[in-house]
Amino acid sequence: MPVLIFIDTADGHVKKASLEAICYGVKIAEQTGTTAEAVVLGEVKDDLSSLGKYGLKKVHHANNASLNHTDAQLYTKVLAQAAKATGAKLIIFSNNLNGKAIAPGLSVCLKAGLVSGAVSLPDTGTGFIVKKTVFSGKASAHVSVKTEIKIIALNPNAYKIETKEGIAEVVSFTSPDVASKVNVIKTTKASGEVPLTEADIVVSGGRGLKGPENWGMLEDLAKTLHAALACSRPVADAHWRPHSEHVGQTGVTIAPNLYIAVGISGAIQHLAGVNHSKIIVVINKDPEAPFFKAADYGIVGDAFEVVPKFTDAVKKLKGVV
Amino acid sequence: MKILVCISKTPDTTAKIAFTDNNTKFDTGGVQWIINPYDEWYCLVRAIELKEADASTVIHLVTIAGADAEPVIRKALALGGDEAIRVNADSTDSFYIASQISEIARQGGYDLVFTGKETIDYNGSSIGGMVAEFLDLPFVSHATKFELTGTNATITREIEGGEEVCEVTLPLVVSCQAGVAEQRIPNMRGIMAARTKPLKVVEPVTADSLTSYIRFELPPAKAGVKLVPADQPEELVRLLHEEAKAF
Repeated sequence: MPVLIFIDTADGHVKKASLEAICYGVKIAEQTGTTAEAVVLGEVKDDLSSLGKYGLKKVHHANNASLNHTDAQLYTKVLAQAAKATGAKLIIFSNNLNGKAIAPGLSVCLKAGLVSGAVSLPDTGTGFIVKKTVFSGKASAHVSVKTEIKIIALNPNAYKIETKEGIAEVVSFTSPDVASKVNVIKTTKASGEVPLTEADIVVSGGRGLKGPENWGMLEDLAKTLHAALACSRPVADAHWRPHSEHVGQTGVTIAPNLYIAVGISGAIQHLAGVNHSKIIVVINKDPEAPFFKAADYGIVGDAFEVVPKFTDAVKKLKGVV
Repeated sequence: MKILVCISKTPDTTAKIAFTDNNTKFDTGGVQWIINPYDEWYCLVRAIELKEADASTVIHLVTIAGADAEPVIRKALALGGDEAIRVNADSTDSFYIASQISEIARQGGYDLVFTGKETIDYNGSSIGGMVAEFLDLPFVSHATKFELTGTNATITREIEGGEEVCEVTLPLVVSCQAGVAEQRIPNMRGIMAARTKPLKVVEPVTADSLTSYIRFELPPAKAGVKLVPADQPEELVRLLHEEAKAF
């Protein structure tokens, strides 16, 4: 009974969050003496056999045109078919937007207990217990799954990608060509940008930046660090930046390797969304800003003076200048 | 047009998160309860806007909770909505909750079911997708815009690194997030009217729980911030590079 991992793609390329899910699934397979297989739906541009280097033995691929857009209802049915065909008792998703859209439906379809937002490997000592984030990152919980078939949706940036040797066998399968009831009429991509939840480094701005016209220096820093941009809630509410960049309790929860907060005071709701970041840097002119208590490194100073100099120093380090 | 809005009560966003009984239960002492922000700000307000555009629209609210959730439901009714249904059960299992909501949805014959993209307590992001599968309806998640022409919905949804516009014919389940509507404050007339709006209490149907919360833990405290003088940002870059190995 293999561990089955759902591979999410964007523009036909395997997402980084899915590589993490693969490595996570491979590790569980090793620990439980089974193999890891994956399933991918729709058109793919990457060489799927190369996913063997993450430890996958087999990749099941259904390439129906109707699967080129991720429709939860349709994907649920095809994934249920794949799960039944492989006999998988554990199915892994990334807890990204598509994972959140599909995994719950599959949970109902297979009557499989779902843990979404998992952050570590399951504890199989007594039963099957998975640690996940709750209260938007303010705490974590250990959740017991009681069903024979189980589904885990792994948080992005929660598991390290490891490569080894190997080539995966790619097997095509056909799914009933059912048309999606969701008719996609337009897709807009923010091209060249690093997806926020997948980013290793996130540069974030708050009200301290005074207005949207001052985001240039953060964009410059983000570009230099190959980082994603984020913002606090007041910034999104004031339409200085799009809502999709709002991190915090009522926005996106992220866990990058490095989070740089500029001009953000660090309200409890904001901290909830970012406190799983490995390293937090705070730049704020107010020494009393609560964010400093949650930070690893900080500068008390005027962002308009500090950030450009900081960016220059990064450029020097990277040999850009 | 009949809309079902799923409402959950959650601790206020500023609530101190603590646990009792050897870290097995959320400590509700001193916690102020609110309507889950995604349910209130986006789902409920958008439903109210749709009713304002078409007065024949009927809005029902559903919550799966004990009697202690009633003040929160009354607040939701004060914002708008015609009646509320409270399924008298307490559960943290998404499958169980979605089973109950699906039963209510089946009986009520709704054209549209709105859920928040997640609750801010257990962050399952599961109810919408589960309800859709129980009802065998299309599910559009992470909506940032929702427009309705007759029985055709045009929805903008967030996708990884961009957005997608799609058209779907009702009935339908949608999970909502920022952009769908703007937060509203209930007015006095709404608060008065809410007192007499029907709040039906029904007993749960038999359903399984597939998961259970065993124990909780708080994140370890940070060791303390290392401050770098404002005129030495290059020192911060050095520390991040050499000590923290962040880039």
